[in-house]
Amino acid sequence: MSAPARTPAVEERIPVLSLQHASKAFGAVQALEDVSIDLFAGEVHGLVGENGAGKSTLVKILAGVHPPDTGSIVVGGLPVFLAGPADARDSGIAIIYQEPILFPDLTVEENIFIGRQPLTTGRRIDRHAMRSHVMEVFQRLGVRLDPGRIARGLSIAEQQIVEIGKALSLDAKIIVMDEPTAALSAVEVARLFGVVDSLRASGAAVLFISHRLEEIFQLCQRVTVLRDGRLVLSRELEGLTADDLVRAMVGREIVERESEQQAVGGTVLLVERLTREGFFTDVSFEVKAGEIVALAGLVGAGRSEVACAIFGIDSYDAGSVTVNGRGLRRGSPTAAMSAGVGLVPEDRRQQGLVMDLSISRNVALASLGRLQRFGFILSSSERRFAEDWAVRLRLRYGRLSDAANSLSGGNQQKVVLAKWLGRQPTLLIVDEPTRGIDIATKAEVHRLLDELAGQGVAILMISSELPEVLHVADRILVMREGRLITEFTHAEATEERIVAAATGQLEEGAA
Amino acid sequence: MTAASPAERAPSAGRIRTDRLIDIAYRLRAFGIVAALAILIVVTSIVQPRFLSGQEVNIVLGNTSILALLTLGEAMVIISRNVDLSVGSVLGLSAFVSGSTFGHLHGVPTGVAILVAFLVGIGVGAACGIVNGALTTIGRVPSLVVTLATLYIIRGIDILIIGGGQVVASSLPDSFFQISLRNFHNVPYLTMAVAVVIGIGAYYMRSYRSGRDLYAIGSNPDAARLVGIPSGRRVFTAFVLSGSIAGAAGVLWASKYGTLDSTAGSGYELQVIAAVVIGGVAIFGGSGSVIGAALGALLLSTILAALYVGGVSPFWTQAIAGAMILVAITIDRLISLQLTAALRRRRSREST
Repeated sequence: MSAPARTPAVEERIPVLSLQHASKAFGAVQALEDVSIDLFAGEVHGLVGENGAGKSTLVKILAGVHPPDTGSIVVGGLPVFLAGPADARDSGIAIIYQEPILFPDLTVEENIFIGRQPLTTGRRIDRHAMRSHVMEVFQRLGVRLDPGRIARGLSIAEQQIVEIGKALSLDAKIIVMDEPTAALSAVEVARLFGVVDSLRASGAAVLFISHRLEEIFQLCQRVTVLRDGRLVLSRELEGLTADDLVRAMVGREIVERESEQQAVGGTVLLVERLTREGFFTDVSFEVKAGEIVALAGLVGAGRSEVACAIFGIDSYDAGSVTVNGRGLRRGSPTAAMSAGVGLVPEDRRQQGLVMDLSISRNVALASLGRLQRFGFILSSSERRFAEDWAVRLRLRYGRLSDAANSLSGGNQQKVVLAKWLGRQPTLLIVDEPTRGIDIATKAEVHRLLDELAGQGVAILMISSELPEVLHVADRILVMREGRLITEFTHAEATEERIVAAATGQLEEGAA
Repeated sequence: MTAASPAERAPSAGRIRTDRLIDIAYRLRAFGIVAALAILIVVTSIVQPRFLSGQEVNIVLGNTSILALLTLGEAMVIISRNVDLSVGSVLGLSAFVSGSTFGHLHGVPTGVAILVAFLVGIGVGAACGIVNGALTTIGRVPSLVVTLATLYIIRGIDILIIGGGQVVASSLPDSFFQISLRNFHNVPYLTMAVAVVIGIGAYYMRSYRSGRDLYAIGSNPDAARLVGIPSGRRVFTAFVLSGSIAGAAGVLWASKYGTLDSTAGSGYELQVIAAVVIGGVAIFGGSGSVIGAALGALLLSTILAALYVGGVSPFWTQAIAGAMILVAITIDRLISLQLTAALRRRRSREST
């Protein structure tokens, strides 16, 4: 282990952690297939891949949250079985999630030491030792954070620092960072990089996941690319270019949008100076009939919050929402629905579907007013209604009376779509419509959105997947930290320009 | 790292200011109770100087003791994001069962008989706590439902055992009554004992891992599981402690009131929870302290006494106790909303 960080004889070093031939399936979806990855001491190992490529599954396997179906984990040369998060911790693996899970009512130092506080005689907690240990860790990290303050109100960057502090105090040899920079500002990213560098210098093995390739090149010595659950490439970063990585991630020619620009009608949705303090500020835009408008930006930029405010799930502090020329009452989903607005939420399992109800019930749920006769819902008419939509959306199902949770993710999403389409909305808001859906079904959902737009429905789409945004949207609005930064037409938009705007490089360049 | 330090300096100055704000707000909670208590005592004693007489102080402290003792167990349970509604029923059952042990202990020295009564009372309470804890942690039934059910069941058992009868004061030894009567310059020894017990409880909650675990469980149950805290065992222990404390309180109740029927302590659980909430323990767990809860009990019984001394009709007392809970919760809520808003505003300012 005394070998310097970048010895040429890499093959002879023993990896600190080695994941070997791991596979994991969730139902019918093969999330990870035969993936092997080696982490070495004193190295930052980048992990990249499109959404749904299997990065999160890999993290969860290392975290002990999901045991792999096949394959093994070897730590320091010994095979380990991780039955739970505690096992992973005991094996020296620490996970820093994008949004850490802390105890809001406990202090920073207690969050770091909960369950394993240093003790004095009589098994009492040694607060002095705890404080000095935390101070020492923070000093090593070069951060200033009051260990005695409660965790409530910490920014995401600070919460990550707390988690990293925990990893250090645990003397973790393997640190996995799951998209830690996604919700950070440029200054916070710089600080985090300093911390990661010092971790590497002290001999830790870091697995660093990011969507931003420039971060990978700045920080990592080694990189692994996943695509559709398979390992595409895993090697030293030296000699690779960003284009190589992109090609490896995408693995196919990017298909141009086949359909022509739809004929655009009158304004359906008009949002004016919408503000909800702390979430988004002064957001104005419009969506016309037959138009697909995408809201792009990083996680936490306020996109979903804007959607929730339009639909009335959340209230807002200032501004107005107008649908088909009529002002929408704030904070009322009922008003939004009767004005012809539909919302396909981000979290379909929690918010979009009643998982234990049958497929046909779920499809009919939002259209019960139309299906009732004298106040009763006839199951035959409910059934016919659902059958009709199942055919139109090419739903793959066993029987319509099966529970919605028997469907695959993509087909569940179609049921949510059917539920709203049954109401014949004039405005459809779709939040991450293809998250966790396999590529074939993804294409079908895109085709559906296109068809709907062709029928004159105005569509507001929120998506973190840039290929999807570029492929489907007529116009792309980019949000950053609660503000609408810029707008691109379908023709102007490129992945680079959107990323630049979303990460603030556009602003800095202008300033 | 050195490169990042000038950049980080700017935001951290503002950050530390807000930290202080939060800290002060949280300390203000405990301070608020003491301040309210002080104002109350000053105002009432100006209106009615008798309020500060030794006798009156003795009565208020005597009334506070059992309530404050019960808040200790209840606060532990509520801090872990649970609730124990059965304490009033446990107290009633323990009071009757321990009171009637004296009838079976003729010829035994009274000191021993009193010890036996306490052991029986605490045993009854612990048994009830074990049932509550097991149903909540092993049965995974929400504690609100579990203890609502045991509230009725335990009261029902109490009624079945007692029938129409009662324990009369004359069957109890005189030294048993002395437990709650003896005092030192009008401060009951019982109050001092309860204060010591609460002090021990506070020290335990502050300085032992298992005590901190209760806070962690109440603050974020999912995270508690992820970091490997034995949540089930901790919550179970909290229920057993709460039951045992209610059992002990039942024996004290018997010593204080002497004559016991099947209604002893009925409805008392709500007063206990009220005191805990007034004392600044968050009803959804995670924050607050057992000393705060005990101060809440003191404040509650002081107010009731002040109303009585001030000649306010007893019909008002319940309404005023309720209003106090609302005031306490509203102040809490306002402070936390203000804080969140301040933090949000600051963050959106920083980002522009």
